[in-house]
Amino acid sequence: MSQAKSLLRKITAVAALLPALAQADTFVFTAIPDADESRLQERFGKVAEYLGEQLGVDVQYIPVKSYAAAITAFRNDQVQLAWFGGLSGVQARKLVPGSEALAQGYEDQFFKSYIIANTSTGLEAGDDLSDEIKGKTFTFGSKGSTSGRLMPEFYLREHFGAAPEEVFSRVGFSGDHSSTIAQVQSGAYEVGAVNFAVWEKETEEGKIDADKVKVIWTTPTYPDYQWTIRGDVNERFGDGFKAKVREVLLGMDDPDLLASFPRESFVPASNDDYVPIEETAKAIGLLD
Amino acid sequence: MISQLFKPRGNSSARALNAVCGLLILLALLALPWADIEVYSVDPWIELGRIGRGLVMPYWDGWQILLQAVGQTIAFALLAVAMAVPLGLALAMLFHWRAVRIFCASIRSVHELFWGLIFMQVYGLSATTGLLAILVPFTGVFAKVFAEIFEQQDRAPAETLGSGARGIKRYAYTLIPQSWPALTSYTRYRFECALRSSAILGFIGLPTLGFHLETAFKQGDYSEAGALLWAFILLIATIRFWLRPRLLPIYILGAIWLLPETIGFSNGGYLWQFISQDIWPKALLAGQWSEAADWYAGMFSSQVWPGIVQTLLLTQLALVLTAIVVLFTYPFASQALAGPVMRWPGRFLLLVLRSMPEMILAFVFLLLFGPSGLPAVLALALHNGGLIAFLVANASDAEFGSRLGRPDDPGGLKRYAYLETPRRFPAMLAFLFYRWEVILRESAIMGILGIATLGFYIDSAFEEIRYDRAFLLILATALLNILVDAVSRRLRRAAGADTPQPGRTH
Repeated sequence: MSQAKSLLRKITAVAALLPALAQADTFVFTAIPDADESRLQERFGKVAEYLGEQLGVDVQYIPVKSYAAAITAFRNDQVQLAWFGGLSGVQARKLVPGSEALAQGYEDQFFKSYIIANTSTGLEAGDDLSDEIKGKTFTFGSKGSTSGRLMPEFYLREHFGAAPEEVFSRVGFSGDHSSTIAQVQSGAYEVGAVNFAVWEKETEEGKIDADKVKVIWTTPTYPDYQWTIRGDVNERFGDGFKAKVREVLLGMDDPDLLASFPRESFVPASNDDYVPIEETAKAIGLLD
Repeated sequence: MISQLFKPRGNSSARALNAVCGLLILLALLALPWADIEVYSVDPWIELGRIGRGLVMPYWDGWQILLQAVGQTIAFALLAVAMAVPLGLALAMLFHWRAVRIFCASIRSVHELFWGLIFMQVYGLSATTGLLAILVPFTGVFAKVFAEIFEQQDRAPAETLGSGARGIKRYAYTLIPQSWPALTSYTRYRFECALRSSAILGFIGLPTLGFHLETAFKQGDYSEAGALLWAFILLIATIRFWLRPRLLPIYILGAIWLLPETIGFSNGGYLWQFISQDIWPKALLAGQWSEAADWYAGMFSSQVWPGIVQTLLLTQLALVLTAIVVLFTYPFASQALAGPVMRWPGRFLLLVLRSMPEMILAFVFLLLFGPSGLPAVLALALHNGGLIAFLVANASDAEFGSRLGRPDDPGGLKRYAYLETPRRFPAMLAFLFYRWEVILRESAIMGILGIATLGFYIDSAFEEIRYDRAFLLILATALLNILVDAVSRRLRRAAGADTPQPGRTH
């Protein structure tokens, strides 16, 4: 598209304060990885290129800051495909009837969360949640996170029979898994819930001081991140488009591309795989 | 006591000032036992060391991305202000209508971030969303301040106009030319505010500096965060060198060109669904009145009321602490007190304090003191204190060396205690009253601290895609803001604190 045309569109957008007219033939996706959100445009630009080559349509990537923004974009049809967390995927599919989970990461079939504690608390690792964590300060990750909020909260409620606010002396939302680790490590919060993959990655990178923070409990496994596509893409991009997208996602084997997510590979998934997540969200009142 | 407050006897402005200050301090002391300010023992030194190293050794790989973010930060701010000024001016001329005043109070009572989240539902992640998020609240602020500026003008020139010259003619030929310097310098000051707002809108996804800053801080890439912070501080510090009125048309064209491309969005028809359905509870839409009443009652007791209480407690403490920060920092930046050379470190400190987004200050204090209201109060007080101290120091500098100066004026501490501070005090108090509602709105960022202010619940509602809750909570916040605004106006009048015109002193 020519520069002049794009400038004209922007002027129209400013003048009329209306959204600039979109190119109807562009297939747009978004993704927020669970670890390392830096340089999203650069990293996912490559994924867009791969998808574009394989699908034979113009593909673009939009970076977003939160699951809520990803859901909004999906609902508005600003994006047609999104890499959602377990909970955000369920929320998005509820808002857009006909949308479908296509594929999940290999790791997402048996995802888990760690409960971590600052070593000054004296808490020890165990097969069960220790009652000693009562009365400590506690931080979740982002409010809409499956691994940093939903599942840990579910198991905490199950174990203590009470809301986290009643179990702990203070409950915060660090906003992000890396932040949770940093804050529990510094002692700002005594205990926290974190995505296991981020913990493993940061351990590997030497960012975690084992003398300061450790894992004290591991949740049972649950399904997490997945690709979800809108139900109306076949009408817009041609018959069989959805099936083709699934095939292309499952066929993504370039380690460089997969590292952006970061996942080992993608495997097929369906909406039914996420029924447990939906039930859990309803049980703790995050979903009506 | 209250009646005394509102009717200062005789013309002793000092008594009224003292009464208002005493009341504010008393309220803060009363808030102290209820507010949640606990200090936890923490071991922040590793993390703080990393932050310190990042600030001292900023690093950014790929200048293109940084320049683009800076450019888009300016573009949003510039275009939004360019549109908000004429709109604000038009509304200021109609400010004698109560409906206009209420309209302006309500649009400015919602924080830019929340306007951003609202417009995102309708316009997606787009340039339109970013522009509107700044434009809408700024229009409300411009209208209010411009109207106040007009109010202060001498009426005599207007009297000389023929009796046929009413309304717009009166403004065009007398009031606007009379107040032109005040209008332009206020606009200049608000442009700096718009740059901050624009940067912070990056936190919700617009491609401004805040986008990268939030990521860098969250992931602990402190040298990248340092580079972004320095870039932003430099941008704010150099405004007066590059913002030339004559270059504005070129800048505006440049800004339009720099606006981010809106990708893949054509669904403008979503607005109606948002207004007519999303923001109302299901029971209300279905006409089940008793269920709807239950929903509202539940929301009120579980979120609205506790949120209001926490917000007010935090705000009151932050307000008084802000005043203390101002009193301690402004002398270091003033020419009369710190000297022509030694004021520069002070000015630099104030620049850093007012440029640093509160969220980042709160993050650092969270590491230092653990999670409670304390990091929030400190962050709000330092940021707002830095801003007001800068304006107060400017006012002091403008007077220094003017004809008000006398050869036998005292120096040093005596000058601070008996000359500068008393002269600056009414204006400082007035600035403080202005920032009151700003502090109230900004307490929204405290979700990371686990403090349940109204903003915390609003953020949760957006995260949980529960727009009905978000709408009710935003409405409550707006009403609280309007209330605080009205109280602050009365207190300001009672205290005889004149309306400040930030930047007028430049």
